[in-house]
Amino acid sequence: MAARYDRAITVFSPDGHLFQVEYAQEAVKKGSTAVGIRGKDIVVLGVEKKSVAKLQEERTVRKICALDDHVCMAFAGLTADARIVINRARVECQSHRLTVEDPVTVEYITRHIATLKQRYTQSNGRRPFGISALIVGFDYDGTPRLYQTDPSGTYHAWKANAIGRSAKTVREFLEKNYTDESIATDNEAIKLAIKALLEVVQSGGKNIELAVIRRNQPLKLLESKEIETLVAEIEKEKEEEAEKKKQKKST
Amino acid sequence: MALLDVCGISDWVKEDGFNAERASVDKVNHFNFAAQTPELAVPVGVDPAEFLRPLVDSEEGVNGVKINLEHGTTTLAFKFQHGVMVAVDSRASAGSYVSTQMFKKVIEINPFLLGTMSGSAADCVYWERVLAKECRIYKLRNKERISVSAASKLLANMVVNYRGMGLSMGTMICGWDKKGPGLYYVDDNGLRLCGNMFSTGSGNTYAYGVMDSGYRYDLSVPEAYDLAQRAIFHATHRDAYSGGTVNMYHMRETGWIKVSQEDVGDLYHRFYSEKK
Repeated sequence: MAARYDRAITVFSPDGHLFQVEYAQEAVKKGSTAVGIRGKDIVVLGVEKKSVAKLQEERTVRKICALDDHVCMAFAGLTADARIVINRARVECQSHRLTVEDPVTVEYITRHIATLKQRYTQSNGRRPFGISALIVGFDYDGTPRLYQTDPSGTYHAWKANAIGRSAKTVREFLEKNYTDESIATDNEAIKLAIKALLEVVQSGGKNIELAVIRRNQPLKLLESKEIETLVAEIEKEKEEEAEKKKQKKST
Repeated sequence: MALLDVCGISDWVKEDGFNAERASVDKVNHFNFAAQTPELAVPVGVDPAEFLRPLVDSEEGVNGVKINLEHGTTTLAFKFQHGVMVAVDSRASAGSYVSTQMFKKVIEINPFLLGTMSGSAADCVYWERVLAKECRIYKLRNKERISVSAASKLLANMVVNYRGMGLSMGTMICGWDKKGPGLYYVDDNGLRLCGNMFSTGSGNTYAYGVMDSGYRYDLSVPEAYDLAQRAIFHATHRDAYSGGTVNMYHMRETGWIKVSQEDVGDLYHRFYSEKK
């Protein structure tokens, strides 16, 4: 018989807080930034790439993972915890396809991940998962969706959101700049994600990883060349804006 | 635990499939679409499948006793351009004794899902009611009605756990979901087939004969009603274990309607007078 833990680690404090969950949220705040944008026909995920050591292979560090053909997620927080959650979610996606003969809806898989996280805040001998996840994808009927989960096990739908280090700055930027015009085309939505990340990322395009899902198409990770091109476009647009403002002032 | 190991209990307490040890945190609960806890208790120390096999499978049975599990009834369902027709008889028999002529062999799971029953009345009624419960819970959790393929899969997964233990159930799950009309055949072996036309029970051969000779996909609604009714009637006429009344349902895009419930005696006179 396996030894059984009979004492919970996550217990209430006198003023109603679950400290373990709050400490997990602190761990999330230390993770690298991730941003998610829901467009009209596209959903975009962008993450801040941590600088890799010289001898490290770049490809093995991936923060954006596909859960199924039409759903993917990015996370902020403890990478090892994320691996476990992603594995469980991938199994659940296939299990759902097997038993229900339909692909999961984004809300369903988010609910599954959130329930899994909640269970770990209320059981013996286990600590909460130290990750927040941004889950994006398209439903069977073609509706784009973006959800965010956090270590306590709650989940919400968003039009655009950011998690991790400097999430607040990015979210404020998005609140100012997410308009119907700014997501009018796919390209504009991608540029909005890059602009949001450029607010907090140091040296530009090299430190950004971007993935998009278009309706009825699988996950596509943008290559660094494409990202550089888009960053260059954004810089140009910024200069043009600055020029216009100068001209206005001088006239 | 130390004391348990010393006593050597783990030697003879087997971990069977249903109660395999898993931490409660890792057990998938409502996200797994099979019934996670066994719905029916199985007696300890007896393997029902092993017990039943010589009685059912072998030629001479056990001490000359052989159990034949027949599906004594006739039910049918077919898809056509205006939806799905479902027709059943209503006789329940115990051997050569007719228990009732007014048995309801169609269970109305929700306004867009029907299940027919053939085989052991108890098994069908029980398992289809469990299916109805699961379908209601699905709707509450996911805020949309369960699809016909998922509902039939749920039923098949539930009964496959009891394979070989003497369940006798041949059912058709009919419905209309966002993929259109759906018709699945599920039986006690866990077989699940998608198709356009099925008939189950001891009278199914007679029903197939009538259905196959009159079926076209582009039947009109009155023609389909007539075909379904005739097929069941002819089966009740020749099969001893089918009879009573013909209960007919029509599954449409807006849900099912109960078309008619006619006694086979009245049908006989109507069809007979047509012949003249």
